[in-house]
Amino acid sequence: MRKNRCFRKPVLLAKIHGFLCLLFLTMCPATSVAEEVRVAVAANFLATLNEIVTTFEQDTGHVVTVSSGSSGRLYAQIKNGAPFDVFFSADVMRPRLMEEEGLAVQGSRFTYAVGRLTLWSPGPTMIEGNGKAMLLSDEVEHVAIANPKTAPYGAAAKEVLQALGLWEPIQDRLVRGENIGQTFHFVFSKNAQLGFVALSQVLGHKVNGAGRRWDVPAHLHAPLRQQAVLLHNGQDNEVAYAFLDYVKGATSLNVIERFGYGLE
Amino acid sequence: MNVPEMDWGPLWLTLQLAGVTVVVLLVVGTPLAWWLAFTRSRLRTLVEAIVALPIVLPPTVLGFYLLIALGPHGLIGGPWKDLTGSALSFTFTGLVIASAFYSLPFVVQPLHGAFEAVGKKPLEAAWSLGASKLDAFFTVASPMAVRGYLSAVVLGFAHTLGEFGVVLMVGGNIPGVTKVLSIAIYDHVEVLEYTQAHFLSAVLLIFSFLILTIVYTVNRRLPVHVS
Repeated sequence: MRKNRCFRKPVLLAKIHGFLCLLFLTMCPATSVAEEVRVAVAANFLATLNEIVTTFEQDTGHVVTVSSGSSGRLYAQIKNGAPFDVFFSADVMRPRLMEEEGLAVQGSRFTYAVGRLTLWSPGPTMIEGNGKAMLLSDEVEHVAIANPKTAPYGAAAKEVLQALGLWEPIQDRLVRGENIGQTFHFVFSKNAQLGFVALSQVLGHKVNGAGRRWDVPAHLHAPLRQQAVLLHNGQDNEVAYAFLDYVKGATSLNVIERFGYGLE
Repeated sequence: MNVPEMDWGPLWLTLQLAGVTVVVLLVVGTPLAWWLAFTRSRLRTLVEAIVALPIVLPPTVLGFYLLIALGPHGLIGGPWKDLTGSALSFTFTGLVIASAFYSLPFVVQPLHGAFEAVGKKPLEAAWSLGASKLDAFFTVASPMAVRGYLSAVVLGFAHTLGEFGVVLMVGGNIPGVTKVLSIAIYDHVEVLEYTQAHFLSAVLLIFSFLILTIVYTVNRRLPVHVS
């Protein structure tokens, strides 16, 4: 009996060892085998990009990993070595800066969409009127905007408020989302009654255009030209090129337009 | 080092938030810790586990639940709105409530430990000499638990200073109302204003280090009255 035990112990250990090895192997990401492209995307374009990514992955078998945030945060992260191949910004300024600073491949920059800003109220209390009247309504306690310093949609919202002469008077109603995604969430969760969000978010499948909205006339803010750029990291990555081509293709352009964006 | 053009608002706001939160937590935490130390109820383990939750939960979980609860249709925000006319999300009061949840274990646990160390005997002695229960607590038990109070105050304060995730989720980044130091630093980093980020970070680092050092020093020198 005793002998037996001594004999069995190593077998048990070997079994455990084998199991752990297997466990470890299954936990290793498969991406080291599959061709992969790592994409950083401004929050307003996330839902749209996800749809494009789905068809791209089905068509090509490649893998796209997507990270989203405010353009400002992503820019700062890439500048400090974040391992992304492609950057979809919500503005022109940051991709241009990246080209100048050698973080991006010269000449790879292109406008993939022109954003539309909308002032949205999900209900149940519908804010009546348009623009100014909505913003000044007694029903409104908080108006959500994206942080103008880090998010281009926030900067556009600030320009609109300034054009309406409301930037100062409405200060104590403003809450700032870290990016347009959080801004949308503030309104969606009804913590804010109104918010300047991307039209693409309201038209996305979570909301399907429900609620009341005032699409901000384009002349009230500088156009939200959104540019993408191939980053230094991705210049030897074939999949990055393939993905950028795919985004410029007809299938993707249809998706982009369906989400309410303009094209150039 | 040149002092950059600084906005000190977030620092004052953070100190206020931490201060108010600690006061609230002492008021709420003292009876709770007392109950935990001396109850024989079966609920004790449950309550202990609930109190300790914020230590292990990611701030995003707390922040998510709190935003829902504090909002105009939430469990806390709804009745509050009926009473006062406005909900709690994106307000200083809302942040105090959020911070109180977030820092609860850091106040309750030291107090709990201290009360247990003091034990019931000194109190029973006081009662037998005719002191009322409340009187005995304030004149006998509290002074004996002074170390516990010191730890509770400092840890609660420091932990609230360091709060980030919860505030990011329920605050709305309003200058003077919810834009605390950690959020201000995050903003500065995002727009690459590293000078300001460095400066505020250094302030927080030195401040936190100082108060912890003071606590450990004082804690060592404080006489323990437990007989």
